[in-house]
Amino acid sequence: MERIGRAWNSDFVWSFRHSPVAVVSLALVLVLVLSAVFAPLIAPYDPFDPASLNLMNGFSKPMEPNTFTGDVFWLGTDDQGRDVFSTILYGMRISLFVGFTAVLFALILGVSLGLIAGYVGGWTETAIMRVADVQLTFPAILVAMLIFGIAKGITPVHMRDEMAIWVLIIAIGLSDWVQFARVVRGATLVEKNKEYVQAAKLIGRKPGAIMLRHILPNVLSPVLVIATISLALAIIAEATLSFLGVGAPPTQPSLGTLICIGQGYLFSGEWWIILYPSITLLALALSVNLLGDWLRDTLNPKLR
Amino acid sequence: MLAYSIRRVVQSIVVLLVVGLVAFSMFRFVGDPIDNMLGQERTDADIERLRGELGLDRPFVVQYGRFLTNAATGNLGVSYRQGRPVASILMERAPATLELAAVSGLFAIVLGVALGVFTAIRRNGIAANLIMTISLVGVSLPTFLIGILLIYLFAVELGWLPSFGRGDTVKLGGWSTGFLTSSGLKALILPSITLGLYQMTLIMRLVRSEMLEVLRAEYIRFARARGLRERAINFHHALKNTLVPVITVTGLQLGSIIAFAIITETVFQWPGVGLLFINAIQFVDIPVMAAYLMLISVMFVGINLIVDLLYFAIDPRLRVDRTVTEG
Repeated sequence: MERIGRAWNSDFVWSFRHSPVAVVSLALVLVLVLSAVFAPLIAPYDPFDPASLNLMNGFSKPMEPNTFTGDVFWLGTDDQGRDVFSTILYGMRISLFVGFTAVLFALILGVSLGLIAGYVGGWTETAIMRVADVQLTFPAILVAMLIFGIAKGITPVHMRDEMAIWVLIIAIGLSDWVQFARVVRGATLVEKNKEYVQAAKLIGRKPGAIMLRHILPNVLSPVLVIATISLALAIIAEATLSFLGVGAPPTQPSLGTLICIGQGYLFSGEWWIILYPSITLLALALSVNLLGDWLRDTLNPKLR
Repeated sequence: MLAYSIRRVVQSIVVLLVVGLVAFSMFRFVGDPIDNMLGQERTDADIERLRGELGLDRPFVVQYGRFLTNAATGNLGVSYRQGRPVASILMERAPATLELAAVSGLFAIVLGVALGVFTAIRRNGIAANLIMTISLVGVSLPTFLIGILLIYLFAVELGWLPSFGRGDTVKLGGWSTGFLTSSGLKALILPSITLGLYQMTLIMRLVRSEMLEVLRAEYIRFARARGLRERAINFHHALKNTLVPVITVTGLQLGSIIAFAIITETVFQWPGVGLLFINAIQFVDIPVMAAYLMLISVMFVGINLIVDLLYFAIDPRLRVDRTVTEG
């Protein structure tokens, strides 16, 4: 109990409680993430179960009974009679899964390479940072597209749809590791000359142990900030790639795919098919982004 | 200065060689080139002959060298999907992308600088604050959503502007331009705003913060004390001194405009290089992907190099600093 009280009064939590933007965006993120995780329980329909679909329900307007069947759908249905609310929940699941996994992948890769570059130095450092520099010359989304294209070329044709999600994760992750590596390398360069590292070396700890046990915990706070901002960027990158048709396959539509499908009905007046997925994507990206901004200002104002 | 320039040029060439290696590896290892070029009815003799013709039996380095010389002389291979030389497809598509990029770049610079100056001078005004808030929302909107929103407003609801394509184009030699017809110009508006909006807000924010910094400087106060007009101070003394960082950032953003054109071109079905690239990814058309990669890296590396060298030319202080520190 006393521990909880101490945490409640710590600087970090104090500044969180006193920032309305942070509280609201965290609440929004939690609601969105939880409703994505529990999509099968919340969603009124299973949009990918052909048995539950009724083509007669196609193009139902939001909150109005369908002319043929009389069924009511909160956010309407698409051309195949799929409930838009349910497809959004399932789509968000895929968007969030790809976003989280891609950032995790980028984080592990970037942090390890950054630690090694900073601690080992020499030509290892030069090689790693040169690759980072070259990659940084190109916008991340372009790198992700290219990696997606190459990986698609390598996977056998019959497995392309199954593998698409993983290919997408690798593409976005690989396009995003540089930020982590640069920051961690910089912090490692500072830390490795401090006394505790010298002491660890003296008592004969191995370089791997020094990097993981001693330096890593001390360079993590900027990593957390970058990870949060990267998550927002990864969600947008995933949506963009899926929208362009080089991301999630039609069998596993993410928010970007749903928006892409909805674009086809913009001219015929079925606005709800595109509007609601777009709002969801925007709410997701914006709240994660604001949370990241707040984290940055609180943990490390120098990163600004 | 000379040593620095030479080092930058060498660095750029190394980057291009690395990108060339990536492009070459795509050709060589993603899928079998022989499989892609020969049909179902092929004999072992055919395969051997083509292998010899393409030089696939030579050592890796020799193949890479040949690939580079071919690329440098404009031989970028044959598209798997269209069966035509990639170089001529690119030439056909390039004008659309370049015109779009030029117009959105112009839009971003002109409006960005103007709004930046405005929001800096009227820093506490309602209009300035409104512009800043809207720009914040604009930055967090993904490009494709901005495009869809504009299409919905101006093409679907109002019906003022076309929602896809380039309109009518006029051929000038090998260059098809949309600048000379009214439908071509109309078709340019929405895509250029979509593409340039992000860069516009970026330039605006940069100009604003630089202006605010400069306006606090001593020489501005002195100019005021001398009784110069506000207009002369703002544009003659202040704006001029904010331009160095603005030029570098703008230069670097030019490359991004061409890369982000991929998204805009897909939303508006604009027949440019970006749409070609997306279709190439969808159909795993490796030669087109590799060629696009090389084309865009030449642009990026070239722009970066020019901006870096320009930085020196514009700001004399840098020259002194560098020579002192670098000996």
